[in-house]
Amino acid sequence: MPRPPSPSIPEKEFVYNALKQSLRLDGRQALEMRTPVLTFGPELGWVEVAMGKTRVIAQVDGKMVKPPPERPLEGIVTIHSEISPMASTDYEPGRPTDEEVTMTRMLDKVLRRSDALDKESLCVQAGQRVWHLRLTIHCLADAGNLLDCACLAGIVALKHFRRPEVEVVGDEVTIHPPSERAPLPLSLHHTPFCLTFAYFPDPSTPPILDPTYLEQRLSAGLLSIALNAQKELIVVQKAGGVPLAPDEILRIIEVAVMKVKELDRIVESRLKEDIAGRHIEVR
Amino acid sequence: MTSRIEILNDGGYRSDGRKQYELRDIVIDLTQKGTADGSATITHGLTEVLVEVFGPREAKVRSQTMHDRALINVEVNIMPFSTGERRKRGRGDKRILELGSTIKSTFEPVVQTSLYPRSEIDVFVHVLQQDGGLLQASINATTLALINAGIPLHDFVCAVTGGVHSTSPLLDLTTLEENDVPHVTVAVLPRTKKVTLVTMETRLHADRFEDIFRLACEAGDVIHKEMKRAVMERAKKLVTAMDMGSRLAPAGAGDGVEKDTMVDDSNDY
Repeated sequence: MPRPPSPSIPEKEFVYNALKQSLRLDGRQALEMRTPVLTFGPELGWVEVAMGKTRVIAQVDGKMVKPPPERPLEGIVTIHSEISPMASTDYEPGRPTDEEVTMTRMLDKVLRRSDALDKESLCVQAGQRVWHLRLTIHCLADAGNLLDCACLAGIVALKHFRRPEVEVVGDEVTIHPPSERAPLPLSLHHTPFCLTFAYFPDPSTPPILDPTYLEQRLSAGLLSIALNAQKELIVVQKAGGVPLAPDEILRIIEVAVMKVKELDRIVESRLKEDIAGRHIEVR
Repeated sequence: MTSRIEILNDGGYRSDGRKQYELRDIVIDLTQKGTADGSATITHGLTEVLVEVFGPREAKVRSQTMHDRALINVEVNIMPFSTGERRKRGRGDKRILELGSTIKSTFEPVVQTSLYPRSEIDVFVHVLQQDGGLLQASINATTLALINAGIPLHDFVCAVTGGVHSTSPLLDLTTLEENDVPHVTVAVLPRTKKVTLVTMETRLHADRFEDIFRLACEAGDVIHKEMKRAVMERAKKLVTAMDMGSRLAPAGAGDGVEKDTMVDDSNDY
């Protein structure tokens, strides 16, 4: 299928003029995010994140495998994310578009290469048995900013997941099912969140946070920043687009630092609520 | 496995003998290679990248062209012998695809694509040797190759890598340093001093980031000077060669540069 048709000229002009006056079509402020709505599934490690109409499901499951010989002391984490045409007509099965490649790589960098998860804690028996965690991300609907939504879903799913307790006595390994012993949470070093800012061709238009589909299509450049609540930057990605002054980029980083603190609060409170409502302890 | 080599010793020297803010040796070769419209090889220390540019030319796949601009295609090819261990990388490797799409998005606003509607500019990046700073070298070589091909640009794009070792910023990292130290690649447009590319994939505190970010922006100017010098030298060589041609011809030897030589066609057939 050829490239999707770009927005029409009246739409383009309307959005540009509105943005110049800091008015967004959905009534948000320029630097206001859509509040994420987290829904947890019946299983632990299943979460659906909805940011406006953008929805992503993330699911974690784990099994024990033999580790590769070059890394006998670490667990394995694989991320599987394919955007199906269900998300939007822009995506085709089998052929990754530029956007999809960017999203897959960003998820990889934010969740795997940032060392958010302590891989050594996933080792059960050195060289013999380690946990292999599989994080699957399904993009249900793309109403702009699929990347932030997917990263959020991924990290919340990892925080929500509980792995069965394993007992190692000598050479014998016993996996206790959840009904016998309470499963344990994964040990995360830090919680990364991703924020995307969109820039527009007219330099007098201020940047906006969390673009919708139309705003993303009409943007002249995107700046994605992944960071945690401890003010550590994990990924900064600005590939081309409108050139920005260095001060502008540093200013946006300051804004991102503030927003992440809010996000962290929301996520923590929702997780606590959900875990409290479940019976994970032994009867 | 990290080796026991110090990244920065007490005397302020790095593992390859450079000081903290010293860039590696830059060698630029703009001679024409094969049939490409423009080609450039840049070497940063031991990292060597060759870029060939074809275009603007008629697009191979008509349906992907744009009615008002040229299409830029970037293909990256990492040679199996480029690193210490020989390893063949598939074309579909996500890391290589990402490198290609990063270079493409970096140059899309810089190349004056609106001058060549419905055409295609093909950029082939060949990585011959890798020792850190791959994206940096690829972007610098692409800028030079585009200039060599005569494609109009708004500005040079100069890229440099930077890293922070505990609290000391370092510039232009080798593979050894990249594996050990959080690093960022920055590409600037020297005339406007604006930043067109920033990528960082390792964890770094926001305050440290500010230091290295500003430093890298300044370092872009140094690379710009080197690139400009190489382009001027090449242009001078070409002009001298053209001069020689007209000077050796029998007619119009006196004024040399101003007069065009007239070739007498009457006896050809």
